Amino acid sequence: MSTQKREPTPPGQATPVPVIEPGHTFASVTDQIGQIVLSRRTPTFWWVGFGISFLLMMALLASIGYLLLKGTGIWGINIPVGWGFAIINFVWWIGIGHAGTLISAILLLLRQEWRTSINRFAEAMTLFAVASAGLFPILHMGRPWLAYWLLPYPNTMALWPQWRSPLVWDVFAVSTYATVSALFWYIGLIPDLATLRDRARKKSFQIVYGMLALGWRGSAVHWHRYETAYLLLAGLATPLVISVHTVVSFDFTIAITPGWHSTIFPPYFVAGAIYAGFAMVLTLSIPLRKLYRLEGFITLRHLQNMAKILLATGLIVGYGYMIEAFMGWYSGVPSEGYVTTSRMLGPYRPAYWALIFCNILTPQALWFKKVRSTPGLLFIVAMVVNVGMWLERFVIVVTSLHRDFLPSSWGMYHGTMWDWSTFIGTIGLFLSLLFLFIRFLPMISIFEMRTLVPEAEVREEA
Amino acid sequence: MTQFEHDPGEGGQLYGLMAEFESPTELVTAARTAREQGYSRMDAYSPYPMHELAEALGLRRTRLPLLVLAGGILGCATGLFLQWYSASIDYPLNVGGRPLGSWPMFIPITFELTVLFASLFAVFGMLGLNGLPQPYHPVFNAPRFALASRDRFFLCIEARDPNFDRDRTTRFLANLGARVVSEVED
Repeated sequence: MSTQKREPTPPGQATPVPVIEPGHTFASVTDQIGQIVLSRRTPTFWWVGFGISFLLMMALLASIGYLLLKGTGIWGINIPVGWGFAIINFVWWIGIGHAGTLISAILLLLRQEWRTSINRFAEAMTLFAVASAGLFPILHMGRPWLAYWLLPYPNTMALWPQWRSPLVWDVFAVSTYATVSALFWYIGLIPDLATLRDRARKKSFQIVYGMLALGWRGSAVHWHRYETAYLLLAGLATPLVISVHTVVSFDFTIAITPGWHSTIFPPYFVAGAIYAGFAMVLTLSIPLRKLYRLEGFITLRHLQNMAKILLATGLIVGYGYMIEAFMGWYSGVPSEGYVTTSRMLGPYRPAYWALIFCNILTPQALWFKKVRSTPGLLFIVAMVVNVGMWLERFVIVVTSLHRDFLPSSWGMYHGTMWDWSTFIGTIGLFLSLLFLFIRFLPMISIFEMRTLVPEAEVREEA
Repeated sequence: MTQFEHDPGEGGQLYGLMAEFESPTELVTAARTAREQGYSRMDAYSPYPMHELAEALGLRRTRLPLLVLAGGILGCATGLFLQWYSASIDYPLNVGGRPLGSWPMFIPITFELTVLFASLFAVFGMLGLNGLPQPYHPVFNAPRFALASRDRFFLCIEARDPNFDRDRTTRFLANLGARVVSEVED
């Protein structure tokens, strides 16, 4: 954020790949990022990408329309598996969102300068992932139009939410998370919106960006409070992001269902969320930097660092799987042991072993520097992890539920066409919002990039 | 080498004198010198936050952290009270004789509301203390001020400063190495 003294690389040490391409100035940074938004010409790939995403979003609209007409019976859920895709997708999307907050808040507090060129669109990714996630529990309620019953308000029924239920905690955790992420994102955008206001040539753009910039004028007094607010928000968002996925894991652990009732869940869910999120950030940033020629801002250094985080969190997730399996045996509870063996050897074993392949084996390729510094290979690994993390939630949700304590109520679960169309539809929603974002708002924080430029250093005379 | 721009609208009130600099170092030096010369009513404008500038202008620490703390405490109290009141006074539900005011189960929501209120106070407190949104401000009248959000650095000494004198202050700013010194209409 601020201008920091850059220490020269000690002699004998290889110079690392820089976080910004040499030769950039305040003006070039401003113009290159601003021009993506202000240029009149919309690139062809944008239209193609947005067109496909928009069609998928229409599939979501149709699926929701049919759901409202018919009810949740169009999905594959039934007794014993009552949770199915809705919860799987909810956890998957929320997890993806967590990397955005990690990049914008935790890496800021840790003074990781390289976060600067990826934080803006990672935060946007968080917002859109939370929007996609939030749809699922609401649709799953059966009567989504009564969703406001979850909120505490004085009502004629004289009822209050059940505060001891993790599902109510979820409402508070996710809505707080969505609000704080939106505020954090918007606060970060204000100085850049002022830049766009000042650079725009079209009157309509000047007015819209001008209103959104709230009259920001870059005053030193304002910057002073701005930095304080930004830092405090980062400090607040850091425990928040950890609490959100912890609460999501409580949805499972508070229940006494075998395979869910475990204390490893909160840390293992949080690590899994960051893992999935970084995979998604890589999935998005690799094509974006190529298409918009942003290799000077999102350098190999960024990709390598993200790959390392992916590897580290992947190993934590692997540890989580190990402890789960260990506890199945060590608890001495027959039903716990049964669920563990049923995951590995039961009817859903293909999903389990596919998830081990995707989440544990594939990321081991990241030990090699060659893989970490080849965007194409990194993209493949990230895609595999995206799939793996979805499978992980599938295995957790479905295998624990499909074998009840009573063998008479055992059953199998499969997603129907409507489950899939709703899921794919939210991918459409997510990508549509992302395409609109990169067209109308600066996807890299311009003012923070200015602080990385060499001329930003204030030289004090001795 | 300094260029002088006069206020085009004759008869308008003078807001201050705006000096444009090309580098952050020049701006920080100028702000420090101006303060040493006894100017107090001034503000600097830069395209990104600079700690050195805040020091040079002698900005005091902001009250914002206290406001955020107050927001956090308010959120925490709201969360606990809401749950305790509704679960033990307004709608007591006896589930197997378990305690009504089961505070450990109230922690997650209390925590979330603490963060929510503190964040709202941080954002709206910052905007409020900064007087934003503010669609009109005299400094926008300064020519080339649009560059303050790109690559130029500005220092504005306001007319209400007790030491302000149109000619003397103009010369002072020019001597600091300003590229342009312009009069800003109120």
